[in-house]
Amino acid sequence: MTHPLEPVRAIGHGAIRSISAVGRTGYLAAEAVRALRKLKLWLPHLGTEMWRIGVASVPIALFIATFTGVVLALQASYTFTGAVPLYFVGALVGKTMILELGPVLTGLALSGRVGANIAAEIGTMRVTEQIDALETLAYDPVAYLVVPRVLAGAIMFPMVVTLASAVGVLAGWGTSLSLLDLSSPQFVRGLRLFFEPWDVQFALIKSVTFGIAVTGVGCSFGFHTRGGAEGVGRATTQSVVIGSMIILVLDAFWAAVLLK
Amino acid sequence: MSIELVNVHKAFGEKQVLKGFSLSIPLGTTVSVIGASGSGKSVMLKHIIGLLRPDVGDVWVDDDNVSRLDQESVYALRRKVGYVFQFAALFDSMTIAENVGMGLRRMDEFTPAQIRERVADCLHRVGLDGFESRLPSELSGGQKKRAGLARAIATEPTYLLYDEPTTGLDPVTTTMIDELILRMADELGVTGVVLTHDMTSAFRISDRVAMLYDGKVRYEGTPEEIRASEDPIVKGFVEGRPELMEAAS
Repeated sequence: MTHPLEPVRAIGHGAIRSISAVGRTGYLAAEAVRALRKLKLWLPHLGTEMWRIGVASVPIALFIATFTGVVLALQASYTFTGAVPLYFVGALVGKTMILELGPVLTGLALSGRVGANIAAEIGTMRVTEQIDALETLAYDPVAYLVVPRVLAGAIMFPMVVTLASAVGVLAGWGTSLSLLDLSSPQFVRGLRLFFEPWDVQFALIKSVTFGIAVTGVGCSFGFHTRGGAEGVGRATTQSVVIGSMIILVLDAFWAAVLLK
Repeated sequence: MSIELVNVHKAFGEKQVLKGFSLSIPLGTTVSVIGASGSGKSVMLKHIIGLLRPDVGDVWVDDDNVSRLDQESVYALRRKVGYVFQFAALFDSMTIAENVGMGLRRMDEFTPAQIRERVADCLHRVGLDGFESRLPSELSGGQKKRAGLARAIATEPTYLLYDEPTTGLDPVTTTMIDELILRMADELGVTGVVLTHDMTSAFRISDRVAMLYDGKVRYEGTPEEIRASEDPIVKGFVEGRPELMEAAS
Protein backbone atom coordinates (compact mmCIF):
# COMPACT_ATOMS: atom_id res chain seq x y z
CA MET A 1 0.00 0.00 0.00
CA THR A 2 1.40 3.39 -0.95
CA HIS A 3 2.06 5.94 1.76
CA PRO A 4 -0.64 8.65 1.93
CA LEU A 5 2.00 11.33 1.41
CA GLU A 6 3.46 9.59 -1.64
CA PRO A 7 1.73 11.97 -4.14
CA VAL A 8 3.13 14.97 -2.25
CA ARG A 9 6.60 13.42 -2.33
CA ALA A 10 6.30 12.76 -6.07
CA ILE A 11 5.21 16.35 -6.71
CA GLY A 12 8.12 17.60 -4.59
CA HIS A 13 10.63 15.46 -6.49
CA GLY A 14 9.16 16.60 -9.79
CA ALA A 15 9.47 20.24 -8.72
CA ILE A 16 13.08 19.77 -7.64
CA ARG A 17 13.93 18.05 -10.93
CA SER A 18 12.29 20.84 -12.91
CA ILE A 19 14.06 23.60 -10.99
CA SER A 20 17.32 21.71 -11.36
CA ALA A 21 16.80 21.38 -15.14
CA VAL A 22 16.07 25.12 -15.40
CA GLY A 23 19.24 25.85 -13.41
CA ARG A 24 21.36 23.56 -15.60
CA THR A 25 19.96 25.09 -18.78
CA GLY A 26 20.58 28.60 -17.44
CA TYR A 27 24.16 27.69 -16.59
CA LEU A 28 24.67 26.19 -20.04
CA ALA A 29 23.23 29.35 -21.62
CA ALA A 30 25.69 31.49 -19.66
CA GLU A 31 28.53 29.20 -20.74
CA ALA A 32 27.37 29.47 -24.36
CA VAL A 33 27.41 33.28 -24.20
CA ARG A 34 30.92 33.12 -22.72
CA ALA A 35 31.99 30.67 -25.43
CA LEU A 36 30.93 33.05 -28.23
CA ARG A 37 34.40 34.61 -28.22
CA LYS A 38 35.97 31.24 -29.14
CA LEU A 39 35.34 31.84 -32.82
CA LYS A 40 37.87 29.26 -33.98
CA LEU A 41 35.89 26.50 -32.30
CA TRP A 42 32.38 27.25 -33.50
CA LEU A 43 32.67 29.26 -36.71
CA PRO A 44 33.89 26.37 -38.92
CA HIS A 45 30.78 24.35 -37.96
CA LEU A 46 28.20 27.10 -38.32
CA GLY A 47 27.58 26.50 -42.04
CA THR A 48 27.09 22.76 -41.56
CA GLU A 49 24.66 23.33 -38.72
CA MET A 50 22.75 25.96 -40.68
CA TRP A 51 22.33 23.42 -43.44
CA ARG A 52 21.27 20.60 -41.11
CA ILE A 53 18.95 22.71 -38.98
CA GLY A 54 17.56 25.03 -41.64
CA VAL A 55 17.87 23.80 -45.20
CA ALA A 56 17.21 20.16 -44.34
CA SER A 57 14.05 21.21 -42.48
CA VAL A 58 12.55 23.03 -45.44
CA PRO A 59 10.65 20.03 -46.92
CA ILE A 60 8.74 19.22 -43.71
CA ALA A 61 8.06 22.92 -43.05
CA LEU A 62 6.70 23.41 -46.56
CA PHE A 63 4.59 20.27 -46.37
CA ILE A 64 2.93 21.48 -43.18
CA ALA A 65 2.53 25.04 -44.47
CA THR A 66 0.96 23.90 -47.75
CA PHE A 67 -1.79 21.89 -46.11
CA THR A 68 -2.33 24.53 -43.43
CA GLY A 69 -2.86 27.14 -46.17
CA VAL A 70 -5.32 24.87 -48.00
CA VAL A 71 -7.33 24.15 -44.85
CA LEU A 72 -7.30 27.79 -43.75
CA ALA A 73 -8.78 28.93 -47.06
CA LEU A 74 -11.47 26.23 -47.02
CA GLN A 75 -12.42 26.83 -43.39
CA ALA A 76 -12.51 30.61 -43.89
CA SER A 77 -14.79 30.18 -46.87
CA TYR A 78 -17.04 27.82 -44.88
CA THR A 79 -17.21 30.28 -41.97
CA PHE A 80 -17.75 33.43 -44.00
CA THR A 81 -20.45 32.07 -46.35
CA GLY A 82 -23.25 34.58 -46.59
CA ALA A 83 -22.10 36.73 -43.68
CA VAL A 84 -18.72 38.16 -44.67
CA PRO A 85 -17.46 39.02 -48.18
CA LEU A 86 -15.49 36.09 -49.52
CA TYR A 87 -12.37 38.16 -50.27
CA PHE A 88 -11.82 38.15 -46.49
CA VAL A 89 -10.48 34.64 -47.07
CA GLY A 90 -7.27 36.31 -48.30
CA ALA A 91 -7.12 38.45 -45.16
CA LEU A 92 -7.59 35.48 -42.85
CA VAL A 93 -5.11 33.25 -44.67
CA GLY A 94 -2.45 35.97 -44.82
CA LYS A 95 -2.87 37.26 -41.30
CA THR A 96 -3.08 33.81 -39.69
CA MET A 97 -0.19 32.29 -41.65
CA ILE A 98 2.15 35.22 -41.04
CA LEU A 99 1.27 36.00 -37.44
CA GLU A 100 0.55 32.61 -35.97
CA LEU A 101 0.46 29.36 -37.88
CA GLY A 102 3.58 29.86 -39.97
CA PRO A 103 5.88 30.47 -36.99
CA VAL A 104 4.16 28.17 -34.48
CA LEU A 105 3.51 25.12 -36.65
CA THR A 106 6.97 25.35 -38.18
CA GLY A 107 8.45 25.78 -34.70
CA LEU A 108 6.61 22.74 -33.38
CA ALA A 109 7.61 20.64 -36.37
CA LEU A 110 11.23 21.70 -36.03
CA SER A 111 11.10 21.02 -32.31
CA GLY A 112 10.43 17.40 -33.25
CA ARG A 113 12.96 17.24 -36.07
CA VAL A 114 15.77 19.52 -34.92
CA GLY A 115 15.38 19.43 -31.12
CA ALA A 116 15.17 15.64 -31.04
CA ASN A 117 18.10 15.27 -33.41
CA ILE A 118 20.33 17.56 -31.35
CA ALA A 119 19.37 15.93 -28.03
CA ALA A 120 19.98 12.43 -29.41
CA GLU A 121 23.29 13.34 -31.02
CA ILE A 122 24.76 15.22 -28.06
CA GLY A 123 23.22 12.76 -25.60
CA THR A 124 24.92 9.86 -27.38
CA MET A 125 28.19 11.77 -27.29
CA ARG A 126 27.72 12.29 -23.56
CA VAL A 127 27.01 8.65 -22.66
CA THR A 128 29.84 7.36 -24.87
CA GLU A 129 32.30 9.81 -23.25
CA GLN A 130 32.89 11.66 -26.53
CA ILE A 131 32.21 14.97 -24.77
CA ASP A 132 34.77 14.06 -22.10
CA ALA A 133 37.15 13.17 -24.93
CA LEU A 134 36.63 16.62 -26.46
CA GLU A 135 37.50 18.16 -23.11
CA THR A 136 40.65 16.09 -22.73
CA LEU A 137 41.75 17.33 -26.16
CA ALA A 138 41.37 20.92 -24.89
CA TYR A 139 38.15 21.62 -26.83
CA ASP A 140 35.49 23.59 -24.99
CA PRO A 141 32.45 21.37 -25.72
CA VAL A 142 30.03 24.25 -25.27
CA ALA A 143 31.83 26.31 -27.91
CA TYR A 144 32.24 23.29 -30.17
CA LEU A 145 28.79 21.69 -29.88
CA VAL A 146 26.30 24.16 -28.41
CA VAL A 147 27.18 27.56 -29.88
CA PRO A 148 27.05 26.63 -33.60
CA ARG A 149 23.75 24.79 -33.17
CA VAL A 150 22.02 27.58 -31.24
CA LEU A 151 23.32 30.26 -33.60
CA ALA A 152 22.23 28.18 -36.59
CA GLY A 153 18.77 27.85 -35.01
CA ALA A 154 18.54 31.61 -34.41
CA ILE A 155 19.56 32.35 -38.01
CA MET A 156 17.71 29.62 -39.87
CA PHE A 157 14.36 29.41 -38.04
CA PRO A 158 13.24 32.85 -39.31
CA MET A 159 14.23 31.89 -42.84
CA VAL A 160 12.36 28.60 -42.75
CA VAL A 161 9.35 30.29 -41.14
CA THR A 162 9.33 33.03 -43.78
CA LEU A 163 9.42 30.46 -46.54
CA ALA A 164 6.73 28.34 -44.87
CA SER A 165 4.44 31.32 -44.31
CA ALA A 166 4.83 32.40 -47.93
CA VAL A 167 4.09 28.90 -49.20
CA GLY A 168 1.08 28.67 -46.84
CA VAL A 169 -0.33 31.90 -48.27
CA LEU A 170 0.32 30.68 -51.81
CA ALA A 171 -1.42 27.39 -51.02
CA GLY A 172 -4.41 29.31 -49.65
CA TRP A 173 -4.41 31.46 -52.76
CA GLY A 174 -4.28 28.42 -55.04
CA THR A 175 -7.10 26.78 -53.09
CA SER A 176 -9.20 29.93 -53.35
CA LEU A 177 -8.76 29.95 -57.11
CA SER A 178 -9.32 26.28 -57.71
CA LEU A 179 -11.87 25.25 -55.08
CA LEU A 180 -13.63 28.47 -54.07
CA ASP A 181 -15.51 31.01 -56.06
CA LEU A 182 -12.75 33.58 -55.66
CA SER A 183 -10.52 35.37 -58.20
CA SER A 184 -6.90 36.41 -57.79
CA PRO A 185 -7.70 40.15 -57.48
CA GLN A 186 -10.26 39.33 -54.76
CA PHE A 187 -7.83 37.16 -52.82
CA VAL A 188 -5.06 39.78 -53.10
CA ARG A 189 -7.49 42.49 -52.04
CA GLY A 190 -8.26 40.53 -48.90
CA LEU A 191 -4.60 39.74 -48.34
CA ARG A 192 -3.66 43.44 -48.45
CA LEU A 193 -6.64 44.58 -46.42
CA PHE A 194 -5.18 44.08 -42.96
CA PHE A 195 -1.55 43.50 -43.89
CA GLU A 196 1.01 45.39 -41.82
CA PRO A 197 4.77 45.15 -42.40
CA TRP A 198 5.04 44.91 -38.62
CA ASP A 199 3.35 41.48 -38.86
CA VAL A 200 6.38 40.13 -40.67
CA GLN A 201 8.78 41.67 -38.15
CA PHE A 202 6.69 40.19 -35.34
CA ALA A 203 6.89 36.73 -36.93
CA LEU A 204 10.64 37.06 -37.42
CA ILE A 205 11.21 38.08 -33.79
CA LYS A 206 9.14 35.11 -32.62
CA SER A 207 10.98 32.76 -34.94
CA VAL A 208 14.41 33.81 -33.68
CA THR A 209 13.37 33.02 -30.10
CA PHE A 210 11.77 29.73 -31.21
CA GLY A 211 15.04 28.79 -32.90
CA ILE A 212 17.10 29.59 -29.83
CA ALA A 213 14.62 27.75 -27.58
CA VAL A 214 14.40 24.57 -29.65
CA THR A 215 18.14 24.22 -30.24
CA GLY A 216 19.04 25.35 -26.73
CA VAL A 217 16.67 22.87 -25.10
CA GLY A 218 17.96 20.09 -27.36
CA CYS A 219 21.55 20.93 -26.44
CA SER A 220 20.75 21.16 -22.74
CA PHE A 221 18.95 17.81 -22.54
CA GLY A 222 21.64 16.19 -24.67
CA PHE A 223 24.43 17.68 -22.64
CA HIS A 224 22.96 16.49 -19.34
CA THR A 225 22.01 13.00 -20.50
CA ARG A 226 22.69 10.22 -18.02
CA GLY A 227 22.55 6.48 -18.46
CA GLY A 228 22.84 4.58 -21.72
CA ALA A 229 20.39 4.22 -24.58
CA GLU A 230 17.45 4.71 -22.20
CA GLY A 231 18.91 8.03 -21.04
CA VAL A 232 19.33 9.19 -24.64
CA GLY A 233 15.73 8.22 -25.40
CA ARG A 234 14.50 10.08 -22.34
CA ALA A 235 16.53 13.18 -23.21
CA THR A 236 15.18 13.15 -26.76
CA THR A 237 11.55 12.87 -25.65
CA GLN A 238 11.96 15.55 -22.99
CA SER A 239 13.64 17.84 -25.48
CA VAL A 240 10.68 17.63 -27.87
CA VAL A 241 8.06 18.02 -25.13
CA ILE A 242 9.76 20.90 -23.33
CA GLY A 243 10.79 22.57 -26.61
CA SER A 244 7.18 22.49 -27.84
CA MET A 245 5.88 23.84 -24.54
CA ILE A 246 8.37 26.70 -24.59
CA ILE A 247 7.32 27.58 -28.14
CA LEU A 248 3.70 27.90 -27.03
CA VAL A 249 4.65 29.93 -23.96
CA LEU A 250 6.87 32.24 -26.05
CA ASP A 251 4.07 32.59 -28.58
CA ALA A 252 1.72 33.85 -25.88
CA PHE A 253 4.47 36.01 -24.36
CA TRP A 254 5.27 37.81 -27.61
CA ALA A 255 1.59 38.28 -28.39
CA ALA A 256 1.07 39.87 -24.99
CA VAL A 257 4.17 42.03 -25.24
CA LEU A 258 4.23 43.06 -28.89
CA LEU A 259 0.61 42.97 -30.07
CA LYS A 260 -1.03 45.04 -27.35
CA MET B 1 57.38 17.40 -11.82
CA SER B 2 54.79 14.72 -11.10
CA ILE B 3 51.17 14.05 -10.40
CA GLU B 4 50.03 14.20 -6.82
CA LEU B 5 46.59 13.73 -5.32
CA VAL B 6 46.32 14.92 -1.73
CA ASN B 7 43.44 13.95 0.55
CA VAL B 8 40.88 14.02 -2.27
CA HIS B 9 37.23 13.67 -1.27
CA LYS B 10 34.47 13.42 -3.87
CA ALA B 11 30.78 12.67 -3.44
CA PHE B 12 27.93 12.39 -5.93
CA GLY B 13 24.76 13.19 -4.05
CA GLU B 14 24.87 11.09 -0.91
CA LYS B 15 27.35 8.61 -2.34
CA GLN B 16 30.86 9.30 -1.07
CA VAL B 17 33.22 7.88 -3.70
CA LEU B 18 36.63 9.19 -2.65
CA LYS B 19 37.25 9.61 1.06
CA GLY B 20 40.71 11.05 1.43
CA PHE B 21 42.50 9.56 -1.55
CA SER B 22 46.21 10.41 -1.70
CA LEU B 23 48.69 9.16 -4.29
CA SER B 24 51.95 10.38 -5.76
CA ILE B 25 53.01 9.48 -9.31
CA PRO B 26 56.67 10.37 -9.93
CA LEU B 27 57.78 11.50 -13.37
CA GLY B 28 58.82 8.70 -15.71
CA THR B 29 57.01 5.93 -13.86
CA THR B 30 53.94 3.87 -14.67
CA VAL B 31 51.58 3.46 -11.75
CA SER B 32 48.59 1.14 -11.90
CA VAL B 33 45.59 1.75 -9.70
CA ILE B 34 43.67 -1.44 -9.04
CA GLY B 35 40.30 -1.85 -7.37
CA ALA B 36 36.90 -3.38 -7.83
CA SER B 37 34.49 -2.06 -10.44
CA GLY B 38 32.67 0.96 -9.05
CA SER B 39 35.36 1.66 -6.47
CA GLY B 40 36.01 5.14 -7.89
CA LYS B 41 39.08 4.58 -10.07
CA SER B 42 37.68 6.50 -13.06
CA VAL B 43 36.49 9.27 -10.74
CA MET B 44 40.04 9.56 -9.42
CA LEU B 45 41.50 9.67 -12.94
CA LYS B 46 39.07 12.37 -14.07
CA HIS B 47 40.31 14.58 -11.24
CA ILE B 48 43.82 14.55 -12.69
CA ILE B 49 42.69 16.06 -15.97
CA GLY B 50 40.16 18.42 -14.41
CA LEU B 51 37.04 16.69 -15.72
CA LEU B 52 35.98 16.52 -12.07
CA ARG B 53 36.94 18.78 -9.19
CA PRO B 54 37.39 17.50 -5.65
CA ASP B 55 34.99 18.50 -2.90
CA VAL B 56 38.00 18.56 -0.57
CA GLY B 57 41.69 18.11 -1.28
CA ASP B 58 44.16 19.05 -4.01
CA VAL B 59 45.29 17.56 -7.29
CA TRP B 60 48.71 18.67 -8.48
CA VAL B 61 50.04 18.19 -11.99
CA ASP B 62 53.56 19.60 -12.14
CA ASP B 63 53.24 22.94 -10.35
CA ASP B 64 49.55 23.43 -11.08
CA ASN B 65 46.84 22.70 -8.56
CA VAL B 66 44.18 21.43 -10.98
CA SER B 67 41.41 21.91 -8.44
CA ARG B 68 42.15 25.64 -8.25
CA LEU B 69 42.76 26.40 -11.94
CA ASP B 70 40.28 28.39 -14.01
CA GLN B 71 38.79 26.67 -17.05
CA GLU B 72 41.22 28.17 -19.57
CA SER B 73 44.23 27.06 -17.52
CA VAL B 74 42.74 23.57 -17.29
CA TYR B 75 42.51 23.45 -21.11
CA ALA B 76 46.16 24.52 -21.31
CA LEU B 77 47.14 21.81 -18.84
CA ARG B 78 45.29 19.16 -20.83
CA ARG B 79 47.68 19.66 -23.73
CA LYS B 80 50.34 17.83 -21.75
CA VAL B 81 48.04 15.03 -20.57
CA GLY B 82 46.72 12.29 -22.87
CA TYR B 83 43.65 10.29 -21.87
CA VAL B 84 42.82 6.83 -23.16
CA PHE B 85 39.17 6.05 -22.53
CA GLN B 86 37.81 2.68 -21.45
CA PHE B 87 35.66 2.36 -24.57
CA ALA B 88 37.96 4.54 -26.70
CA ALA B 89 35.39 7.38 -26.97
CA LEU B 90 36.27 7.92 -30.62
CA PHE B 91 34.19 10.54 -32.42
CA ASP B 92 31.95 8.27 -34.42
CA SER B 93 31.20 10.74 -37.21
CA MET B 94 34.90 11.23 -37.97
CA THR B 95 37.48 9.03 -39.64
CA ILE B 96 40.33 7.58 -37.61
CA ALA B 97 42.72 10.17 -39.08
CA GLU B 98 40.38 13.00 -38.07
CA ASN B 99 40.06 11.50 -34.60
CA VAL B 100 43.81 11.21 -34.11
CA GLY B 101 44.41 14.70 -35.48
CA MET B 102 41.81 16.41 -33.26
CA GLY B 103 44.25 17.42 -30.54
CA LEU B 104 46.81 18.62 -33.09
CA ARG B 105 44.27 20.81 -34.90
CA ARG B 106 43.43 22.46 -31.59
CA MET B 107 47.06 23.42 -31.00
CA ASP B 108 47.24 25.77 -34.02
CA GLU B 109 50.92 24.92 -34.47
CA PHE B 110 50.75 22.45 -37.31
CA THR B 111 50.04 22.68 -41.01
CA PRO B 112 47.61 20.13 -42.49
CA ALA B 113 50.59 18.27 -44.00
CA GLN B 114 52.33 18.10 -40.62
CA ILE B 115 49.13 16.83 -39.02
CA ARG B 116 48.79 14.10 -41.67
CA GLU B 117 52.40 13.09 -41.08
CA ARG B 118 52.00 13.00 -37.29
CA VAL B 119 48.73 11.06 -37.56
CA ALA B 120 50.37 8.46 -39.80
CA ASP B 121 53.27 8.18 -37.35
CA CYS B 122 50.94 7.70 -34.36
CA LEU B 123 48.88 5.09 -36.20
CA HIS B 124 52.12 3.31 -37.13
CA ARG B 125 53.18 3.28 -33.48
CA VAL B 126 49.96 1.50 -32.47
CA GLY B 127 50.00 -0.84 -35.46
CA LEU B 128 47.13 0.73 -37.38
CA ASP B 129 48.93 1.66 -40.59
CA GLY B 130 46.51 2.42 -43.39
CA PHE B 131 43.50 2.89 -41.10
CA GLU B 132 43.31 6.65 -41.70
CA SER B 133 40.12 6.70 -43.74
CA ARG B 134 38.20 4.11 -41.72
CA LEU B 135 35.34 5.01 -39.42
CA PRO B 136 35.35 3.88 -35.76
CA SER B 137 32.37 1.62 -36.46
CA GLU B 138 34.58 -0.39 -38.84
CA LEU B 139 37.13 -1.24 -36.12
CA SER B 140 37.21 -4.07 -33.61
CA GLY B 141 37.33 -3.39 -29.86
CA GLY B 142 41.10 -3.77 -29.69
CA GLN B 143 41.64 -1.59 -32.75
CA LYS B 144 39.43 1.12 -31.26
CA LYS B 145 41.51 1.10 -28.09
CA ARG B 146 44.69 1.41 -30.14
CA ALA B 147 43.17 4.26 -32.14
CA GLY B 148 42.25 5.92 -28.83
CA LEU B 149 45.85 5.51 -27.71
CA ALA B 150 47.09 7.01 -31.00
CA ARG B 151 44.82 10.01 -30.42
CA ALA B 152 46.14 10.39 -26.88
CA ILE B 153 49.83 10.34 -27.89
CA ALA B 154 49.43 12.57 -30.96
CA THR B 155 50.11 15.75 -28.98
CA GLU B 156 53.20 14.18 -27.38
CA PRO B 157 51.92 14.48 -23.83
CA THR B 158 54.06 14.23 -20.71
CA TYR B 159 51.42 12.14 -18.97
CA LEU B 160 49.17 9.38 -20.25
CA LEU B 161 46.11 8.32 -18.32
CA TYR B 162 44.66 4.92 -19.22
CA ASP B 163 41.12 4.08 -18.09
CA GLU B 164 40.92 0.28 -18.05
CA PRO B 165 42.77 -0.14 -21.35
CA THR B 166 42.42 -3.94 -21.49
CA THR B 167 38.88 -4.44 -20.18
CA GLY B 168 36.81 -6.59 -22.51
CA LEU B 169 39.71 -7.67 -24.69
CA ASP B 170 40.88 -11.19 -25.44
CA PRO B 171 44.20 -12.31 -23.86
CA VAL B 172 46.25 -11.79 -27.04
CA THR B 173 44.93 -8.28 -27.62
CA THR B 174 45.41 -7.55 -23.92
CA THR B 175 49.09 -8.46 -24.22
CA MET B 176 49.38 -6.26 -27.32
CA ILE B 177 47.91 -3.29 -25.45
CA ASP B 178 50.19 -3.95 -22.47
CA GLU B 179 53.20 -3.97 -24.78
CA LEU B 180 52.03 -0.70 -26.33
CA ILE B 181 51.80 0.89 -22.88
CA LEU B 182 55.32 -0.29 -22.10
CA ARG B 183 56.56 1.04 -25.47
CA MET B 184 54.91 4.42 -24.88
CA ALA B 185 56.80 4.65 -21.58
CA ASP B 186 60.10 3.58 -23.15
CA GLU B 187 59.97 5.39 -26.50
CA LEU B 188 58.12 8.55 -25.52
CA GLY B 189 59.18 8.68 -21.87
CA VAL B 190 55.64 9.36 -20.72
CA THR B 191 54.48 9.02 -17.15
CA GLY B 192 51.54 6.63 -17.03
CA VAL B 193 48.58 6.14 -14.73
CA VAL B 194 46.71 2.95 -15.56
CA LEU B 195 43.39 1.92 -14.08
CA THR B 196 42.84 -1.80 -14.23
CA HIS B 197 41.43 -4.79 -12.45
CA ASP B 198 43.45 -7.13 -14.60
CA MET B 199 46.22 -8.21 -12.23
CA THR B 200 48.36 -9.80 -14.96
CA SER B 201 48.41 -6.48 -16.82
CA ALA B 202 49.07 -4.50 -13.66
CA PHE B 203 52.09 -6.62 -12.74
CA ARG B 204 53.42 -6.60 -16.31
CA ILE B 205 53.33 -2.86 -17.02
CA SER B 206 53.68 -1.12 -13.65
CA ASP B 207 56.57 0.32 -11.69
CA ARG B 208 54.19 0.69 -8.75
CA VAL B 209 50.68 -0.51 -7.97
CA ALA B 210 48.16 1.17 -5.66
CA MET B 211 44.95 -0.42 -4.52
CA LEU B 212 41.86 1.78 -4.18
CA TYR B 213 39.46 0.48 -1.57
CA ASP B 214 36.68 2.28 0.28
CA GLY B 215 37.64 5.61 -1.27
CA LYS B 216 41.29 5.54 -0.18
CA VAL B 217 44.58 3.95 -1.11
CA ARG B 218 44.58 0.70 0.79
CA TYR B 219 48.08 -0.36 -0.21
CA GLU B 220 50.81 0.94 -2.47
CA GLY B 221 54.03 -0.73 -3.52
CA THR B 222 55.97 -2.41 -6.28
CA PRO B 223 54.28 -5.30 -8.07
CA GLU B 224 56.35 -7.71 -5.99
CA GLU B 225 55.39 -6.00 -2.74
CA ILE B 226 51.71 -6.02 -3.52
CA ARG B 227 51.85 -9.63 -4.61
CA ALA B 228 53.44 -10.51 -1.27
CA SER B 229 51.02 -8.41 0.78
CA GLU B 230 49.28 -10.21 3.63
CA ASP B 231 46.57 -7.55 3.90
CA PRO B 232 43.45 -9.70 3.42
CA ILE B 233 41.72 -7.03 1.30
CA VAL B 234 44.72 -6.73 -1.03
CA LYS B 235 45.41 -10.45 -1.06
CA GLY B 236 41.74 -11.24 -1.64
CA PHE B 237 41.59 -8.88 -4.63
CA VAL B 238 44.92 -9.89 -6.15
CA GLU B 239 44.18 -13.60 -5.84
CA GLY B 240 40.48 -13.25 -6.70
CA ARG B 241 39.30 -14.59 -3.34
CA PRO B 242 36.19 -12.65 -2.24
CA GLU B 243 35.92 -14.66 0.99
CA LEU B 244 39.14 -13.03 2.25
CA MET B 245 37.81 -9.55 1.47
CA GLU B 246 34.42 -10.28 3.03
CA ALA B 247 36.02 -11.60 6.21
CA ALA B 248 38.18 -8.49 6.51
CA SER B 249 35.57 -5.85 5.67
